[in-house]
Amino acid sequence: MLEKNPVIFIILAFVVIMVGTTVTMIAPFKWINSESDRIAEVKPYTPLQLEGRDIYMREGCNNCHTQTVRTLAADVERYGNGSTYSKSGEFVYDRPFLWGSRRTGPDLARVGIKYPDPKGAWHRKHMANPQAVVPASNMPAYAFLERPLDITYSERKMKLLKFPYTPADLEELKGKSELDAIIAYMRKLGTDIAVKPAAAAVAAPAAGKNPFTGLAPVKAEAMSVYAKDCASCHGDKRQGSVGPALRGSTLSDADLFKVIAEGKTDNGMPAFSGQLDEQKIWKLVTLIRFGKDTD
Amino acid sequence: MEVKQRYVDDVVKGFITWSIVWGTVSILVGIYISLQLAWPQLNIPPYLTYGRLRPIHTNAGIFGWGIGSFMALFFYITQRLTKNPLWSASLAKVQLYVFNVAIALAAVTLAIGMNRTKEYAELEWPLAIVVAIIWVMFSVNIFMTILKRKEEQMYISLWYIMAALVGVTVLYVINNLGMPLNLFKSYSAFAGTNDANVQWWYGHNAVAMVLTAPPLAIFYYYLPKVIGAPIYSHRMGIIAFWSLIFMYLWTGAHHLLWTPVPDWIQTLAMAFSIMLIAPSWGAVFNGYFTMNGQWQQIKDNYLVKFLICGITFYGLQTLQGPMQSVRSFSAFIHYTDWVPGHVHMGTLGWVSLTLFAAIYYTVTKMLDTELYSESLANIHFWLVLVGQLFYSVTMWIAGVQQGSMLLATNTDGSLHYSFMETLVAIYPYYKMRAVSGFIYLAGLGVFIYNLYKTYEKAGAAAPVTEKAH
Repeated sequence: MLEKNPVIFIILAFVVIMVGTTVTMIAPFKWINSESDRIAEVKPYTPLQLEGRDIYMREGCNNCHTQTVRTLAADVERYGNGSTYSKSGEFVYDRPFLWGSRRTGPDLARVGIKYPDPKGAWHRKHMANPQAVVPASNMPAYAFLERPLDITYSERKMKLLKFPYTPADLEELKGKSELDAIIAYMRKLGTDIAVKPAAAAVAAPAAGKNPFTGLAPVKAEAMSVYAKDCASCHGDKRQGSVGPALRGSTLSDADLFKVIAEGKTDNGMPAFSGQLDEQKIWKLVTLIRFGKDTD
Repeated sequence: MEVKQRYVDDVVKGFITWSIVWGTVSILVGIYISLQLAWPQLNIPPYLTYGRLRPIHTNAGIFGWGIGSFMALFFYITQRLTKNPLWSASLAKVQLYVFNVAIALAAVTLAIGMNRTKEYAELEWPLAIVVAIIWVMFSVNIFMTILKRKEEQMYISLWYIMAALVGVTVLYVINNLGMPLNLFKSYSAFAGTNDANVQWWYGHNAVAMVLTAPPLAIFYYYLPKVIGAPIYSHRMGIIAFWSLIFMYLWTGAHHLLWTPVPDWIQTLAMAFSIMLIAPSWGAVFNGYFTMNGQWQQIKDNYLVKFLICGITFYGLQTLQGPMQSVRSFSAFIHYTDWVPGHVHMGTLGWVSLTLFAAIYYTVTKMLDTELYSESLANIHFWLVLVGQLFYSVTMWIAGVQQGSMLLATNTDGSLHYSFMETLVAIYPYYKMRAVSGFIYLAGLGVFIYNLYKTYEKAGAAAPVTEKAH
């Protein structure tokens, strides 16, 4: 009978399709984004950040960059930037979600922690010409974003998404470029979640003494850490780029340690105490102190 | 002969031609963006960057080539299986025009940055509505033709066709729900984790309702026609069909393993993905057993080569897919190039090989002529087969290599490789992948030339037939 009555057939097919749909797609609305998911610190986007997010979508950044740190140790280590894996409550203001499906470039869920510079110096240089900052990168150049931001719909967007805003927030948009907006968005990503400084690293400056007196025994590891965490701002040979050159220093070892561990957020230097343990920070200090210009 | 003349075949020809045009566009854009990944200076901002072009590649492939040729072949198959001419020839003709305008507009709007960013549902709301209208026009036409059929029994192909019509409608409408800001922009109706869950319920079932059910409908129709033997088991077809459309809808969250989506949804997705091996292989075995006693045809009949190779890739695809849906394996290869390798075995292998066979068969039937050159068809077969394997194998190796480097840690738990080291390691594979694209493109070129020559030959023959009247 089924094979002879297309009307009954089509109704039955619909019912069969709706079983799994109901359980795995409709029912979860009851749990996801409910009160238990909420994280008090997570704030909606400002008008400028939202404009930046829209540019991120327009350019299809999600085709190469994900925005979810999975609950895997290596993911947290690589993309957590000292914070933790992604939680549902961090995304309640994201329409649409931008988790992506391919990491041709790195995950950006916590990129705001990595580059806290209020002026966005690293982003500016990188967006204008990614290869000038990361020579082997395959990211396209986005120098053209240095054009005035269209703010015609900014207020309507905030109203549509029911995000709170003040006249000052709208005033902030004036004279901004598209680049300013996308950098404002980048700087927000992941920063609502607090970074827990590693206890050992914070206590260390009190001890105050670099356990390493020469570079040779720690050179390989120090250079590996440097390449991963420092080179993109200070240059691959410590010659300086967005950040200052790190070939020797007028600071004491203990002060150098403090800068690396706690950062200088106003200058754009992030705190590394959440990602690097005491030993690694001392090794970097040793590299800065004793490294040759060719290292 | 009288019955045959009443069939509406002009629109079938139209959809075949245009789906090949959009398929070529998809391959060309695909090659271009594969080159961009190896040589970023090939990005020409703002319109021709990877971020804006990749959705054009996927949309032209899925909607232009895939759905375009399904529309052609469904019109053809449905008329034959119902022994009934198409319910409305003029509606189908309008549908062809609107379809082409929509695909062209999709390419333009994506290039200017109108992108909802939800994969395979990138088109902004006015265009999404047009796509939905096209689908309704198509569904009504097919369904009314089935309803008024002259053949009481509905063959397996018609079930898959009807399931696809219903399934795509539900999926597309729900995942495109949004809040329009203006004509050019909207925000998703769902937020964050909910949006992710809805998107991948859609995304994975687009695989079910676009890249599985329609090619299976086509496979079930053309294999028996081509080899001249009935399908092995009608009963196995029934069981495989219902269990396939039941199980698929549970599996979307295997795209979201280890993310904030609730664990129980992930676990259900993983379990149902494994279970899906059974109905998928039900279809594969039905294909293989239908060949019993006919296997010599794989040597002699170029169409059998395409079809059997196609269903074999379907079988491999539906083993690899469930494997990737297991948490531990997903942790390793998700977000790497393994996944494009997997996807292209499905699209370039399974779907396209099946479509090539069906188009060759349909065109020669409609024109009532022989193919221009079987040896060119064989060259076409080998070029696309080698191109596709080359693509997938290089991407699987790249995925395994990058995946293992990304997860590698030192004894103290810190990461062994920087992100850039893992990217630099796979650049050679990106270059090889671009080569594979050119090989596939060459195969496509041979296919188009062969069809063109066949049309030309039939056109030259046509006046003679007229004189005979």
